[in-house]
Amino acid sequence: MRFAVSLLTVLGIASIIGTVLKQNEPYTNYIIQFGQFWFEVFEVLGLYDVYHSVWFLLILLFLVISTSLCVYRNSPNMLREMRVWREHATEKSLRAFSHQHEYQANGTPDEIRAGLTRFLTARGFRFKTLQHENGDELIAAKAGTYQRLGYIFTHTAIVVICIGGLIDGNVPFKVQELLGYKTVEVRDIAASEVPAESRLSTANLSFRGNMTLPEGTSADVAFMRMRDGYLVQELPFRVALKDFRIEHYATGQPKSFESDLVITDPDLAEPLEATISVNKPLIYKGIAIYQSDFQDGGSNLDFNLWGLFSNQVAPLSVLGTIHQEVTLGEGDAALIIEFDDFRKFNILNLTADGKGKPHNVGPNVTFKVRDTQGQAREYVTYMQPLKLDERFYFVSGMRPALQEEFKYLRIPVDENFEIEGFMRLRAAMMDSAAHVEIARRLTASSLSADADNDDMKGKFESSVTQLLRAFAEGGYTRIAALIEDSVPEDQRDNAAQTYIKIISSAAFEAHNLARERAGQSPAVADEETLFFLQDSLNSLSDLFFYGAPFYLELKEYEHREASGLQLTRSPGKNLVYSGSVLLVLGIFAMIYIRERRIWLLVKSDNRVLFAMSSNRKNRDLDMEFARYQEQLQRLLT
Amino acid sequence: MNNALINDEPIPLLKRLDWQDWLYSIVLLAGAIFAFNQYSHHMDVYEQGFLFGAVATFSWLGWSWKAMRNLVLGVGALSLFAIFVYDADLQRAEQAFFLKYLISSQSAIMWMNVLFILATVTYWVALFNRSQFTGKFASSLVWSAVLMGFVGLMVRWYESYLIAPDVGYIPVSNLYEVFILFCLITALLYLYYEQRYATRQLGGFVMLIISAAVGFILWYIFDREAHTIQPLVPALQSYWMKIHVPANFIGYGAFSLAAMVGIAYLLSARGILASRLPSLDTMDDLMYKAIAVGFAFFTIATILGAMWAAEAWGGYWSWDPKETWALIVWLNYAAWLHLRLVKGMRGPILAWWAVVGLFVTTFAFIGVNMFLSGLHSYGEL
Repeated sequence: MRFAVSLLTVLGIASIIGTVLKQNEPYTNYIIQFGQFWFEVFEVLGLYDVYHSVWFLLILLFLVISTSLCVYRNSPNMLREMRVWREHATEKSLRAFSHQHEYQANGTPDEIRAGLTRFLTARGFRFKTLQHENGDELIAAKAGTYQRLGYIFTHTAIVVICIGGLIDGNVPFKVQELLGYKTVEVRDIAASEVPAESRLSTANLSFRGNMTLPEGTSADVAFMRMRDGYLVQELPFRVALKDFRIEHYATGQPKSFESDLVITDPDLAEPLEATISVNKPLIYKGIAIYQSDFQDGGSNLDFNLWGLFSNQVAPLSVLGTIHQEVTLGEGDAALIIEFDDFRKFNILNLTADGKGKPHNVGPNVTFKVRDTQGQAREYVTYMQPLKLDERFYFVSGMRPALQEEFKYLRIPVDENFEIEGFMRLRAAMMDSAAHVEIARRLTASSLSADADNDDMKGKFESSVTQLLRAFAEGGYTRIAALIEDSVPEDQRDNAAQTYIKIISSAAFEAHNLARERAGQSPAVADEETLFFLQDSLNSLSDLFFYGAPFYLELKEYEHREASGLQLTRSPGKNLVYSGSVLLVLGIFAMIYIRERRIWLLVKSDNRVLFAMSSNRKNRDLDMEFARYQEQLQRLLT
Repeated sequence: MNNALINDEPIPLLKRLDWQDWLYSIVLLAGAIFAFNQYSHHMDVYEQGFLFGAVATFSWLGWSWKAMRNLVLGVGALSLFAIFVYDADLQRAEQAFFLKYLISSQSAIMWMNVLFILATVTYWVALFNRSQFTGKFASSLVWSAVLMGFVGLMVRWYESYLIAPDVGYIPVSNLYEVFILFCLITALLYLYYEQRYATRQLGGFVMLIISAAVGFILWYIFDREAHTIQPLVPALQSYWMKIHVPANFIGYGAFSLAAMVGIAYLLSARGILASRLPSLDTMDDLMYKAIAVGFAFFTIATILGAMWAAEAWGGYWSWDPKETWALIVWLNYAAWLHLRLVKGMRGPILAWWAVVGLFVTTFAFIGVNMFLSGLHSYGEL
């Protein structure tokens, strides 16, 4: 018992570790978290999959055996206790009871006997009468003896549940692995190439595997993640995904995830079609198929690629597919774009104080840009402009590492709600040839036409050109550096204000120059234009932190989803359920049935000795005894 | 002699019922029949079963605990009145007087909060003044709080359908709603024992944990706007949830009750407030009764959870943090019951254990959602 309690405590602590330490993560995450040394220590202890480690299962097995032995040893006693009447209690022993009382009864012995038996029957006691040789009569009564079944039920239940759990656990695989028949596959290879020692046949009793099916594809194997690798579970049928659907509430939150499946099996006359959804699995041949998650199944995406630091106005067209990559450029300058995910619906809360309602902001695409050194940055770009602080922007987030937060680039929309306006302005601002023209126009519009100012005009023009070049080389950061290098400390604030003003005014000229080149009418210097220019300049300055020399604008998409299915076979389930029923019955029996025994010794001189006991001494017994004592008093005298 | 026999004989429940009991059940049955006639075409066979099962359950509850009759009828009447005033227009929550100040779900829940806090203060005043009357008043405050709380949940149920028919759900689905449920169930369990064992002096203690929950509810409303009704995520659209969650909260409520009685026990055992509190034996017994009820329901809830998990997650046991902590809570109280029932232990050790058990339970209830991630993540703070 003591040993069993210690083992239970160990199990409890192990379980707690299992909840604190995330289980079954990729091993690289653990190495980053703990360092190489502790990673190996924890791996030996099996802490990354505590609940399936050998020692955990052994303790569980031991507990099952010890509980079974306990039930085996004690049950016969318990059952005997239930049956016996204890009618051989002597007067002396009854008088030694803590709950006993003696009465001097009135009436004939028959009347007394009749009264007492009626008293017992009305209170649910069964009894047996024993005639003593000296003329005394002992009535031995009992009630609630089924309480003892509670013990047998609960303990048997625990054994049954654990056996069910062990059957559904991966014990058979563990044994085969120890014997060297099976190994975990760690290579990233196609399912069909996985060797036999990492495949589990359809005869495998119990498993819990996953399968990701893009729409229009099918598979007849499931994968089981195990430690740092996986196993392939063969299925006795083939599952095809016809269609995957997400339905939404009016507010945009997802309402249901559904997959239309087609099962093909030589045993079936014709394919079985079924729709599964969360909470509504399909069970076929003892294998339950669950809707577990979803992801992109290889959507085709059509992008405009805008070079950010060139003077080129028109975009390039780039086609991408999720889970595939595209290489831009050649040699050392080549960049690989890895398209990771496309999401058609994104529910975001964009209100400034975070208290407004979240709503759907449309599709986004997540991709990585990797250079030839293998360094990658991750990007998330929204297809449609988002409304932030009452204005609309094209938004793209970047992060240099997965554990960091995204930093967002906001590009203001033009009057047509497009990105072109910004991109044309950007082309002009980044074009050193255009800088001269912009400076000339700015000079013409801001300085009066006096002829004697030629010299000053020339100076102003060249300083504007210089400023624009600096901005084109590094945005506001570069301007700040310029000020720090060339302006005395006490004049820097003034200089900064002047420079920013000049750049803003120059941007207006650049904007018009760009519009002119695109064949558009010049812009009016109204509030709307000024906001646009302000946002554009901020955004231009931020381009230098964006990390990619291009912006991918998502134009069109052809959505293709993949459904994540979970397939399980758990023959132990019925055992676990019946064990559970037994457990509940047992607990109620143990707690709510009270075993009580009463002895009434009727002596030949009409004295009646009343004694009462229970296998559990508690307040209920005290109260019940007090009540019966009083009632017997009234009955007998 | 025969008279004494007959007068003392225990009478079976059915023979003890008076005309009020029967009238109560007839009202319930009439309501169910009305609902069945109106809406049976929207119900599947389980829901029809629930409808009439509810009549049986609430009849039995009301028969065995008379005060329940008033509560059930009161909740029914007020909720129907709220529905009548709403007249299928959600905007009326801001316009109609009764809804705005009394029985729209949010107002009713606010009233519940206020009444629980008042009841806490009143119980403590009663404890220090040794005043029977003040104690009785405190009990009626708790009853009113429970009434308003249930009305709040019932009306919230209706309101969720007014937002959109496909949004509607039974409000036991997010952390905000289950906290309300927790307050109500703990209060009801307490009221039952208060009446049964005449332990009004313990009210102040039990109400402390309810007040703490009320504090959380208020923070949750004002800081996080948790009271806005959000549609259910697909994982929660299941019948299992509707029985799994309440069963769990009977467990949590009973364990909290036991812990608060445990605190009173420990104080009294040290001579603090000893003359004002019930006897140590009574409190010890109450602790046992509460943990026994809690354990039984917690077991059922965990089993129901496993059955639901088998249907939703593909396995009845996934060693998800919430499941694992449920197991730890279960083992904890199983050990407690073993010590008491098998070893016959009594006294301060068990009281301490019940108090510590509350921390384990609280961690399983909210700590897991706050600190650990897993499949139960919809309860996230």
